Amino acid sequence: MKLADNMLVAASPANKPSGLSRRNLLAGAFVGGFMFAFQLPVRAANEPTQPPDTTEGKFAPNAFIRIDTTGKTTLVMPQVEMGQGIYTAIAMILAEELDADYAQITLQHAPPSDKLYGNPIFIIQATGGSTSVRAFWKPLRNAGATARAMLVQAAAEQWQVEPANCTASNGQVMHAASGRKLSYGELCDAAGKLTPPKDVALKDPKDFSVIGKPLKRFDTPDKVNGKTIYGIDAMVPGMTFATLAQCPVFGGKLAKVDDRAAKKIPGVRQIVVLDDLVAVVGDHMWAARSGLEALDITWDEGPNAKISSKDIWAHLRAASETDGVIAKSVGDIAKGLATGERIDASYEMPFLAHATMEPLNCTVHFKGDSCEVWTGTQIMSRVQSEAAKAAGLPIDKVTVNQHMIGGGFGRRLEPDMVVAAVRIAKQVNGPVKVVWTREEDIQHDIYRPVYRDNISATLSNGKVVGFKYKIAGSAVIARWLPPAFQKGIDIDAIDSAADQPYDFPHFQCEYVRVEPPAVPTGFWRGVGPNNNVFAIESFMDELARKAGKDPVVFRRELLGKAPRMLAALNLAAEKANWGQPLPARVGRGVSIQPTFDTSIATVVEAEIDSQGEIRLRQVNVAVDTGIAVNPDTIMAQIEGGIVFGLTAALYGDITIEKGRVQQSNFHDYRMLRIDQMPKINVHLIKSGEAPGGIGECGVIGGPPALRNAIYAATGVALRRMPIDRDAIAERKKS
Amino acid sequence: MATNLTINGEQKSFDAPDDMPLLWVLRDILGMTGTKFGCGVALCGACTVHVDGKAVRSCLLPVSAVSGRAITTIEGVGTTPVGAKVQKAWLDLEVIQCGYCQSGQIMSAAALLASTPTPDDSDIDAAMAGNICRCGTYVRVREAIKHAASERQT
Ligand code: FES
Ligand code: FES
Repeated sequence: MKLADNMLVAASPANKPSGLSRRNLLAGAFVGGFMFAFQLPVRAANEPTQPPDTTEGKFAPNAFIRIDTTGKTTLVMPQVEMGQGIYTAIAMILAEELDADYAQITLQHAPPSDKLYGNPIFIIQATGGSTSVRAFWKPLRNAGATARAMLVQAAAEQWQVEPANCTASNGQVMHAASGRKLSYGELCDAAGKLTPPKDVALKDPKDFSVIGKPLKRFDTPDKVNGKTIYGIDAMVPGMTFATLAQCPVFGGKLAKVDDRAAKKIPGVRQIVVLDDLVAVVGDHMWAARSGLEALDITWDEGPNAKISSKDIWAHLRAASETDGVIAKSVGDIAKGLATGERIDASYEMPFLAHATMEPLNCTVHFKGDSCEVWTGTQIMSRVQSEAAKAAGLPIDKVTVNQHMIGGGFGRRLEPDMVVAAVRIAKQVNGPVKVVWTREEDIQHDIYRPVYRDNISATLSNGKVVGFKYKIAGSAVIARWLPPAFQKGIDIDAIDSAADQPYDFPHFQCEYVRVEPPAVPTGFWRGVGPNNNVFAIESFMDELARKAGKDPVVFRRELLGKAPRMLAALNLAAEKANWGQPLPARVGRGVSIQPTFDTSIATVVEAEIDSQGEIRLRQVNVAVDTGIAVNPDTIMAQIEGGIVFGLTAALYGDITIEKGRVQQSNFHDYRMLRIDQMPKINVHLIKSGEAPGGIGECGVIGGPPALRNAIYAATGVALRRMPIDRDAIAERKKS
Repeated sequence: MATNLTINGEQKSFDAPDDMPLLWVLRDILGMTGTKFGCGVALCGACTVHVDGKAVRSCLLPVSAVSGRAITTIEGVGTTPVGAKVQKAWLDLEVIQCGYCQSGQIMSAAALLASTPTPDDSDIDAAMAGNICRCGTYVRVREAIKHAASERQT
């Protein structure tokens, strides 16, 4: 696979024998058109050499599709691949409407351009929020169908027949009556001269031949043999290697640094000292790291040096008691809360780090009048503009080379690692790769915010009358996409709370914006719904118990207006043998979630030992995500998401002491491992509805379902994450 | 002074400090970037390579400790019958998500299958618990190991 903007990934359909031109790599640079109006990147030294592209691309009807005279079909990926399988899903959607020859497809990262590749939901070029398929579903189908219509038109004109009498499939146009055929390659010249039609018909989903098949991914063959080049793997001729230390206290500055010992370390070349960080540049990461450890740094810790988790929680709890902005109101909440027996509870969520498997990194070559960046990012265009700002250059003097991402989870929706690398590179002669140590990565994350949610509800005759839900926490949107922050409401913070699948007669959702002192907060896989679904679904179990009802029955009664959710709940319960007896201290817990236009129900079965340690036994997830573009990818995302969410429930806790993060690596920021895994069964519900989001969905339901399993097994109603083992250990009976 | 190593059957000669971990020699000196950095302190398994057929974490392994030993990395493991079967099983079951941990997962799995041709769940747990996958591919890692094991006997 080739690095950078001219990277190609060869196609291979699952249903063809592998080895059959599986690695059909051709050269990348498409000549002409608007695509490469930006500067072509220097090819990294470790890129596999490619045969030169001798054919001139001819047919580029839109930003996503290029067909050359050999029939090679290059699909330009507006969204970045970080494990969620989006390259394959996008290619499938385009290929479906284009009727492309799947074996001739190669993929290419899109260059930075909000105009051409902006995510229709965010406007900017961003991969996040489980939006890729939802946002691009229509535009990509249109792009494919438009290209196909032009190819058909070109053939029809050549044959002097009606386009309506021609068909297309597998990269060819056919005229059945005369038996004539032309390949897309043969047609691309003529098609390129036509004006794209305005309104093209899209396929009826019942005619889909690619969408809905569990096709093999385009990106995985190079990931089994070490060939894939992630950002951290970029090798540029003449490069040096650096690692950095930022002030451990948020917002602190550098006071002074003694670098005498570091400079004596073999391989150390340069110490870069900036006002808030120090970087050691060396011949390799080992020299850089050893050099960094040998530095004697004195920090000016600044105003945050006394802040601890205790202060942050006191601040949040106080703010959460104030009135919020009303995000949604149904019925009359005052009346609802005055009727029946009232129950109040508060739920709290900790800071979390992303801990992407690929530590943060960015390679930069600052050349004075231009700057080139190699990294893997979820925000191509913003990285380009932020790099330009840091470099003091116009945007068009900055080239960004996109890479496969070794885990994004929202961390790479931020440009800070790029900005730091550019600032360092400005002091360095030649290209420099800046790699963060895991410790730096965990201690200088942009964290999932702490949240506190206050809920009040009333029950009358076992039924909910009033339900008031108030969220208090960061408005990440207000910082990240200011125009989307309207009337004091963070649309992400209230996601899956304001729009309820439950039919509550009197309902209100409020939001209090509270920014934690000192700690930067950002998006984390599952974002707002992680918090809201946890609090609401935990509380639903407490209500069910008060009402004397089974948790599944209690939910079912409230889902009359959400048939897809109800079906998911019933399926998950059935598959989990809901209601069947279990041994002592083993429980099943359920949760439902209306997240990212996908309806999901999760049942977790877990055993809690006398010490409060948890053994995960089984997880059943029922998923209705509408049309499943690639069912196997969806299953994989749910499986992986479950692990990600349960990891947080079991261990995730970033705590602050003296203004600094206390955790540093995988010994104290723990991950679920294979020997702790439950069985995970994912049950996909067939649907003809438009596709929902999936990448984050799996993360959300596990924690509340596990919490409810613990509630069922022990009777302890946990109201904070992560799980407090002491609280659920078996108490000696007095 | 030049250090000599045999990596994937090839002789490599380079200059590196004695205490430099093999991981950084592979990545930054030899440009073999398939072996990954994840934690640097033997907690995640991303840097796993084989030394004389055994899975080891290269991030804490000084290069001076492996001279004269046979080193296999993800770039070379496919030439061994077990490695090729593991890679194929990984693709057949579409184990991989982001893929960043998978060089290490594959190296650990290949070493396991080389020593224990038909591992049971506890063998898999023991051999693979040192490999973190942040994308959470563990269900498929386990299935793929069993799949590869079954293919070996047919
Ligand atoms: S990098 Fe070696 S175990 Fe994590
Ligand atoms: S596949 Fe992403 S960390 Fe394992």
